Amino acid sequence: MIPARCRFSSAGKMSVSLDIRLKRANKVYHEGERVSGVLLVNSRDALQHQGVSLSLEGLVNLQLSSKSVGVFEAFYNSVKPIQLVSSNMEVVKPGKIPAGRTEIPFEFPLQAKGNKVLYETYHGVFVNIQYTLRCDMRRPLLAKDLSKTCEFMVHCQPQKSKLQPNPVEFSITPETLQNVRERSSLPRFLIRGHLDATSCAVTQPLTGELVLESSEVAIKSIELQLVRVETCGCAEGYARDATEIQNIQIAEGDVCRGLSIPIYMVFPRLFTCPTLETTNFKVEFEVNIVIILQDDHLITENFPLKLVRV
Amino acid sequence: MASVQWHSRARKYEAEVQMCRLEVSAVDFSDYHPLKAITVTDSKARRGGRKGSTSSSSSSSSSVVLDPLSSMLDGSDPLSLFAAVSQTPALPHSISLGRKRREKEEEVGSDFEPWSSKRGEILSRFTTTEKLSINLFMGSDKSKASSPSSAVSEKVRTRLEELDDLEEGSQRELLNLSQQDYVNRIEELNQSLKEAWGSDQKVKALKIVIQCSKLLSDTSVIQFYPSKFVLITDILDTFGGLVYDRIWSMCADPHPLPESFSADDVNDTAKETCLNWFFKIASIRELVPRLYVEAALLKCNRFLTKSGIQETLQRLTAMIRGIGDPLVAVYARAYLCRVGMEVAPHLKDSLNKNFFDLLATFRQIHGESVQNQLAQQRVEIPIYLTLYSPAIHWILQCVAYRAPEDYINCAEIWVEFTCRHFTKREVNTILADIIKHMTPDRAFEDAYPQLQSVIKKILPHFHDFSVLFSMEKFLPFLDMFQKDSVRVEVCKSIMEVFIKHQQEATRDPVILNALLHICKTMHDSVNALTLDDEKRSLSLLINGFIRMVSFGRDFEQQLSFCVEARATFCNLEPVIIHLIHTVNQLAMETRCVMKGNHSRKTAAFVRACAAYSFITIPSLTSIFNRLNLYLLSGEVALANQCLSQADAFLKAAVSLLPEVPRTISIEGKQRSSEPFLLDFINNFLSTLLVVPDHPEQGVLYLVRGLLNMVQDYTWEDNSDAKIRVYISALPLLAAMSQESYLYTIPKVDSNETLYGGDPKFIAEINKLCETLIGQVLDHLKGLGRDEGVRRQGSLAFSLFGCLLAHGDLRNNKLNQLAVNLWNLSHKHGFCDTRTSVRTLEYIKHQAQLADLSHLSDMTARLSLQSRT
Repeated sequence: MIPARCRFSSAGKMSVSLDIRLKRANKVYHEGERVSGVLLVNSRDALQHQGVSLSLEGLVNLQLSSKSVGVFEAFYNSVKPIQLVSSNMEVVKPGKIPAGRTEIPFEFPLQAKGNKVLYETYHGVFVNIQYTLRCDMRRPLLAKDLSKTCEFMVHCQPQKSKLQPNPVEFSITPETLQNVRERSSLPRFLIRGHLDATSCAVTQPLTGELVLESSEVAIKSIELQLVRVETCGCAEGYARDATEIQNIQIAEGDVCRGLSIPIYMVFPRLFTCPTLETTNFKVEFEVNIVIILQDDHLITENFPLKLVRV
Repeated sequence: MASVQWHSRARKYEAEVQMCRLEVSAVDFSDYHPLKAITVTDSKARRGGRKGSTSSSSSSSSSVVLDPLSSMLDGSDPLSLFAAVSQTPALPHSISLGRKRREKEEEVGSDFEPWSSKRGEILSRFTTTEKLSINLFMGSDKSKASSPSSAVSEKVRTRLEELDDLEEGSQRELLNLSQQDYVNRIEELNQSLKEAWGSDQKVKALKIVIQCSKLLSDTSVIQFYPSKFVLITDILDTFGGLVYDRIWSMCADPHPLPESFSADDVNDTAKETCLNWFFKIASIRELVPRLYVEAALLKCNRFLTKSGIQETLQRLTAMIRGIGDPLVAVYARAYLCRVGMEVAPHLKDSLNKNFFDLLATFRQIHGESVQNQLAQQRVEIPIYLTLYSPAIHWILQCVAYRAPEDYINCAEIWVEFTCRHFTKREVNTILADIIKHMTPDRAFEDAYPQLQSVIKKILPHFHDFSVLFSMEKFLPFLDMFQKDSVRVEVCKSIMEVFIKHQQEATRDPVILNALLHICKTMHDSVNALTLDDEKRSLSLLINGFIRMVSFGRDFEQQLSFCVEARATFCNLEPVIIHLIHTVNQLAMETRCVMKGNHSRKTAAFVRACAAYSFITIPSLTSIFNRLNLYLLSGEVALANQCLSQADAFLKAAVSLLPEVPRTISIEGKQRSSEPFLLDFINNFLSTLLVVPDHPEQGVLYLVRGLLNMVQDYTWEDNSDAKIRVYISALPLLAAMSQESYLYTIPKVDSNETLYGGDPKFIAEINKLCETLIGQVLDHLKGLGRDEGVRRQGSLAFSLFGCLLAHGDLRNNKLNQLAVNLWNLSHKHGFCDTRTSVRTLEYIKHQAQLADLSHLSDMTARLSLQSRT
C-alpha cells in the first residue's frame, strides 16, 4: 500500500516546468530600465496551452501592529496595499509548445504607475515593498494551470547630495544614562567612541570606534543592534513601531581597557533601504550600541541613522 | 668477455616529442561550441574533473612531527591518530592548488614551515583527561530569547536570524565527552558539513560551521583549547575550500579561470554568489564565529575586488580586539595569520598589526577575568601560559617570514641616499647594520640581488679605493656573498670600477690587501669547468690590478709582490704571463735607473728577476708563450749583462723546439703551427747575432744547436719550412762574419769582439753556410720531380735573393750559383714577373755602386722569362 502523500506527489510530479530567468544576476533594476529575461519551459511532451501571460507588479503592503491597534484590527483591518506599478502582457498566444526546452525572451519597461514613485525594495515587519514578476500559463481543462513568481529588486536612483560625513562622538557613563531605576547601584564605567557617520550609504558599512576606558565590572558583550522604525499612517492616526533587524556582537568578554574596538556593521540587503518618508508610511533606521555588563546590566545608546543610496 | 656490457636504451622518439609539447586536454566539443545554445551545465562534474587533474600532481606535504611518545603508543593515541588520518584528505583543495603553483610574491615558499606540520604536534601536546562538552545551540528562538544578549526580545524574527540555527527546534548538548569522543564528534561534524554541502544544503553547511566556530569562544577545559582550535579550524579550512571551489567552478564556463585571475575575469553570477556568502556571514550575530567564518572565506575576496583580501585582513585584525579572553584572541590571530599567509603572505601589515595588538593586550592575561577562570579550573599560570605558545609561535613565524627581505629592500634604497649625502662613516654604519640583520640564519642567502645592488650603489660614490677600503665593514660585507657565482660577480664589478677610475699606480697597503683578496676570490673561482671567456675576463681584471701596483723605486718590494701574485694567481695563465712581463720590465727599469751600469746589488737583483722568469715560464701550458717568453727574457737578461742566464733562457728555448706540436689550437680551431714556428725561429736567429759564444762550448754553439733541432724536427710532409729556416740562417751567419756587427748590446761583448774576425771563426761560418746551401740545393733537386716545380721556383728565388743580399758574388762559383738559381726559378714559369723585373732593376741599380760593379756582368746573364 502506497501512502497517499506519495501517490499525490507522483501524480503531481509534472513533466512540465516553468521558470523565470532574469538577465541580471543580482536582479537589481532601476526605474526606467527594462526588466528582461527569459521564460523557460521544460516539457517532456509537446504542451497544449491557452496562452502564457506575464505580469509585473510593485506593491507596498502595510500592516498595523497589534501594539498600536487591537489584535483583531491588526489581522482584519490592514491598510489597503499601495500599487506602485502593474502591467500585464500576453507572451505566447494559445497554442502548442514543443517538447523539450523552450526559451521565451521577454522585456518589461519598469515605469511607475501615474505619478507614483518606485520605492526601493524593502522587507520589513509592518511595511513591505516588493516587486514581482508572475508568469501564468493557462491550460485546458483537467491540466493544472502553471504559474511562477519571481521577485526582483528595485533600487532608487543615487541621491548624491544627501550624504554628508558627520562623525558623531559619544561618551557613556552612568551619568549620561536616562531611564535608570537605581542610579546609585550602577557600577562606574566610561565608554568613549564615535560613529564615522550617522548619515550612511546603504551599500557601505556602518563604521566607527569604541574604547572601553574603564569599568568597575567586567564586560560581557558589546553589540550593535540595527533597528527599523516603521510608521504607518491612516485615517485613524498612525502607528509607529521599532523592531530589531539584526544584532551584531562587536565585543565578547572583558575586553582590554583603552584599546579601540572597531564598530562595523554591514547593512543587510532587502531588510534595509534608504530612509523613506511618504504621506502614508515611513521607514527609518536606528542603531543601538548595547553594552552588557557581567552583572547583566544593560546599557544602550541610541543613534538615529539616515540611510541613503549613493 | 668484458665485464661491462653495453645495452642501448629503447627510445620512442615520437612519444618523447609529444611529451614536450603543451598539455593537450581532451575537450568535449559540446563544452564550448560557439553555435551551441547556452544551457546550464553540470558544474559538479566539471569540477570533479579538474580536481582529478590536480590531485595527481599535488604532492601531499603532510609531515606529522613524530612525537616519540605517540609513536611509542603505536598510534593508539586518538589525537595523533586523528591528526595523521585527517591530514591529507582534509587539506582543502584550494590550498593544495596554491602550493602547486609556482612561487610568486603572493605565495609562501617552501621555506615556510606549513601549518600541517604543526597541527600534529599541537594535538599530541595539549590533551586532557577531563570531560568535555559540545554545546551546539541549534535550538529554536526560545533558547536564544533566554540569552540576555538579545537586548530587545521580539516575536517577529527575520530569516536572517535563523541562520544561527542548525535544524529548527534541535538543540544538542553533548556532555561528559572523553577527549576521544570529542574528537570523534568534531570529525562527525566535519563529515556532516561535507554531506550537507554535497547534497546542496549550503545553508545547513554554513550553520554547522558557525556552530563549530562558536565552540572556540568556550574556554572550559582550557588546557585542551589549543587542540580544539586545531580540530575546529580544520573544519573551517574545509569549508573555505568548498566555497572557494564552488565559486571558482561557476566561472569555469567556457574556460577555467587562470590561476592568476582577477576580479574582472569573474562572471556576474559567481560574483553575486560570492557577495551573498559575505552578506550572510556579515549577519552572524556572535563575534567569534563571524570572525572565523569570514577568515575562512578570505580567499574568496579574490572574486570580488583586487584589494579585498588586504582590506578584510585589516578589518578582521582590528575586529579581534573585541575578543576579551586573551587566549581566544591569540588563537583567532593565529588563524587569521594562517589564512593570510596562505592567500597573501606579502601583506605584512596585518601580520605585524596582529603581533603588536597581541603585545598591547598581553596584560589581559593578568586581568581579573582570566585569574578567576584559572582559579575555577584549577590551572596554574605556568601551565596556562604554555597554552599560548603554539599560537604565538605561529604568529611570529608568519611575521618573521622573509622579514629580512623587507629589511634589505629598504636598506638597498637607503644606502644610495647615504652614499649621496653623507660620508664613508655613515655608509659604514649602514653596512654594519645590514651585516647585523642579514647574518642570522644566513638570511643573506636569499638577498643576493639586493646585496649586490648595495655594492653597485656604493661603488660609483667611492672612486678613491683607499677610502672605500678604509670602511671597516666593507670587506665583512663582501664576506656575505658566499655563493661562488655571486661572489665573483661582485668582485668583478669592484675590479671594473677600480680599473676604470684608479688614475695612478698605488702602493697603499690597504688597497693592495683588499684588492689582492678580491682578485684571489675571482681566481679561486676558476675550476675545470670555467669557460675560456670567463678566464680571459677575470685575467684582464687581475692584470689591470697588477698594472696599477707600483712600489716606485722599491723594486725589491715590487718583485716580491710579483712572487706573491704568482702564487696567488697560478691558475690563470694570462696573469702569469703578465707577471713575467712585469718582472722583465722591472729588470729593464733597473737597468735604466743604473744607466746600464749595474752595481753588485742591482746585478744580483736583475739576476733574481731572471730567475723569477726562468722558473715561472715552464708552468705555462702554451708552448709559443713559453718560447717567446724564453726569448724575451733571454734578451732582457742579455741586456742586463746576465750572460749565463741569457744562455740558459735561449738553451731552454732551443731544447723546447722539438716539443712544438704540428698543430695548435687558436680560438678553438686547429691550425698548423708552422708559420708561428718560422716566425719564432727568425726572431730567435736575429737575437743570436748578439749572443756571445759560451767559452766552454764550441763555436756557434747556439746556432748549431738551433739548426740541429730544426733538422731533427718532424716537419709537415711536403713542407719547405726546414729549408726556409736554412735560408733564413744564411743572413745571420753572414752578419756574424762581419767585422762590426749590425747591432750589439752595450756592455756585452758579442762574437765580433770575442773572435775579432778570426779566420778560423770565419771559416767555421762559411763551412756552416755551405752545408746549409748544400741542403737547400739537395732539396731543390728533390722538388724537380712531380708537382714540386712551383715550390722549387719559389725556394730557388728565395735563395737567390739571399745570395744577392748576403753572398759575395764576386766569387765565380757563387755568382754562377746565383745565376743558376735565377734560371731555375724562372724555368717553369711560376715566378712573379713583376718581382723579377723589380729585382733585376734593383741589381742594376746596385751595380752602379763602386764595390758592386761585378753585378752588372751578372745582370746580362739573368734573363727574364719570356711568356709563351
